[in-house]
Amino acid sequence: MMTLWDHLPVLPVLLPLATAVALLALGDGGGADAGAHGNRVLRRARWLSLLSVLAGLAVAVALLLRAADGTLSVYRLGAWPAPFGIALVVDRLSALMLVLVQVIALPALVYASGGWDAHGRHFHALFQFQLMGLAGAFVTGDLFNLFVFFEVLLIASYVLMVHGQGRQRLRFGVPYVVLNLAASALFLVGMALVYAFTGTLNLADLALRVPQVPAPDAAVLQAGAMLLLVVFGFKAALLPLHLWLPNTYAATSAPVAALFALMTKVGVYAILRVHGVVFGSGAGPSADLVQPWLLPMALATGALGVLGALAAGTLARLVGWLNVASVGTIVAALGLFSTAAWSAALFYLVHSTLVVAALFLLAELVAAQRGDAGGALRPASPVAQPLLLGLLLLLGGASVAGLPPLPGFLGKVMILQAAQGPAALWVWAVVLGVGFFTLVGLARAGSILFWAEQPLAPDAAACGAGASPRLLAPMFMLVAATLAMVVWASPIKRYVDAAAQQVTDRAAYAQAVLGDAQAQTVRPFRAGEAGGGR
Amino acid sequence: MEALMATGIGWVTACGLYLMLRGRSFPVVLGLTLLGYAVNVFIFAMGRLAIGVPPILREGVAIADPLPQALVLTAIVIGFATTGFVIEMALRSRDASGTDHVDGQEPRR
Repeated sequence: MMTLWDHLPVLPVLLPLATAVALLALGDGGGADAGAHGNRVLRRARWLSLLSVLAGLAVAVALLLRAADGTLSVYRLGAWPAPFGIALVVDRLSALMLVLVQVIALPALVYASGGWDAHGRHFHALFQFQLMGLAGAFVTGDLFNLFVFFEVLLIASYVLMVHGQGRQRLRFGVPYVVLNLAASALFLVGMALVYAFTGTLNLADLALRVPQVPAPDAAVLQAGAMLLLVVFGFKAALLPLHLWLPNTYAATSAPVAALFALMTKVGVYAILRVHGVVFGSGAGPSADLVQPWLLPMALATGALGVLGALAAGTLARLVGWLNVASVGTIVAALGLFSTAAWSAALFYLVHSTLVVAALFLLAELVAAQRGDAGGALRPASPVAQPLLLGLLLLLGGASVAGLPPLPGFLGKVMILQAAQGPAALWVWAVVLGVGFFTLVGLARAGSILFWAEQPLAPDAAACGAGASPRLLAPMFMLVAATLAMVVWASPIKRYVDAAAQQVTDRAAYAQAVLGDAQAQTVRPFRAGEAGGGR
Repeated sequence: MEALMATGIGWVTACGLYLMLRGRSFPVVLGLTLLGYAVNVFIFAMGRLAIGVPPILREGVAIADPLPQALVLTAIVIGFATTGFVIEMALRSRDASGTDHVDGQEPRR
């Protein structure tokens, strides 16, 4: 008899799904025009959505506490044995990502409830579907369900991206959808190639079988894995597949952009799971497949991202480019292929997601108080709350740039310490250079936005009395979470160290997922052939 | 049969890619659809090709791999949904910008 406690790993997926269905049934007040604060149905939808995210946070924290001692929670849907059925696996890494999803979702949702959700239909339902896709991608234990959850989160993201409509959003929305569909096709091709040579798609099973694929077969298998790297690199916005990101993120609404800060991290997570572990060290003929590629690509991404940030014309675009640069920094740490570097990557990933989400929200708050100039980096009328917004920008910017004592600094120090050997020089140069130019770019933006004031034209309307508490609260939540990372840096570091260690342990992962009686997949065409399967 | 499958998949993929690189939204959608078909057949072929063999396990009888067939089924369903969505998106974009160019504006000559 299974208790609710045993069903915990599937809840992060089911809870948003159930909420979204309930929200669709509830309706959204018929898509009333903007400013539908008084709309009863919309208010109810907001509460339902918020309660669901809070419950999701509780579930994620419970899973984190369970995973913290190294337990692998495996959930077999329908109790089918592992390599055949669908298995969800929550280890330390998955649990960490789940908590991160909820910690970003909560402020984004509160911010959206400040009025953005009334600009289109069914915002909250789609938001929940997006959370379902994100959570599913982080808990799934096989490659095909990773694809399915990618699609779930992408379809929700397509609609959220154009939420509020308008010419600009649709203009960048169509290429965004088309590119993602092309990437999905590549995902299927890569996955099919991997299946053809291993006979399994379960990640635990793959980790055991990829080392056993003999060298002549392994060439095509590696081609499949490289195709997967293209797909995950596209999702993570790695050079040269990053060009879609700044425009898309700048064109969409702020709460959605904050949520999208998570989407690049799904790509990073998938690279770690598939290329870091399955095709990592100890994969026999396919060992360390992406090592020659990942680090140079990541360093180039970081360098180019920060140059883009320097050249950006609006604050939102600048943050978009900073997002690209921070992904470059994270993947560079992944590309060092050591557990110390991976734990640094995870620490920096958590921090950069929080800060980038906060900066996306801040970019819109600032833009809203500058009248017609919006977020454009040119002198305009002064903002209504210069001290508050300026301080928030300073905090966020200092953390992204990596100034002590903020968590960005801690993360970068961990990355630099983990850099060994001939690559160290490049890593040091790029990571420190990116930090410096980030500071330059943000200082330039901040001084133009807050200091280069033009006197208000006498007939111009005042730009609002400042942001409402509902729009400021999410900022404070994210800043508080960032500061909490400093206060509890040591336990968090211990946790990510353990997570990085745990990820590389193929045997324990396979034991937990597949059990003792590891099933033989029947490959009829391999019958009697040597070297196929086990 | 293998040569026929390979050339067929390759040809459809090439057509899909060509159409996806066009500047108007309708050919792009068609290209995505063609690419989707090619990918589906490719997944199917990756389970190895066999004629007249059931995907049902029985003692002593040759069987076809059932898993790629299940994967293709899922991929087809997702493909339908995304194609429907991208058509709607292209229509909306055409409505908002007054052009069916994927950039949302006519190319400057």
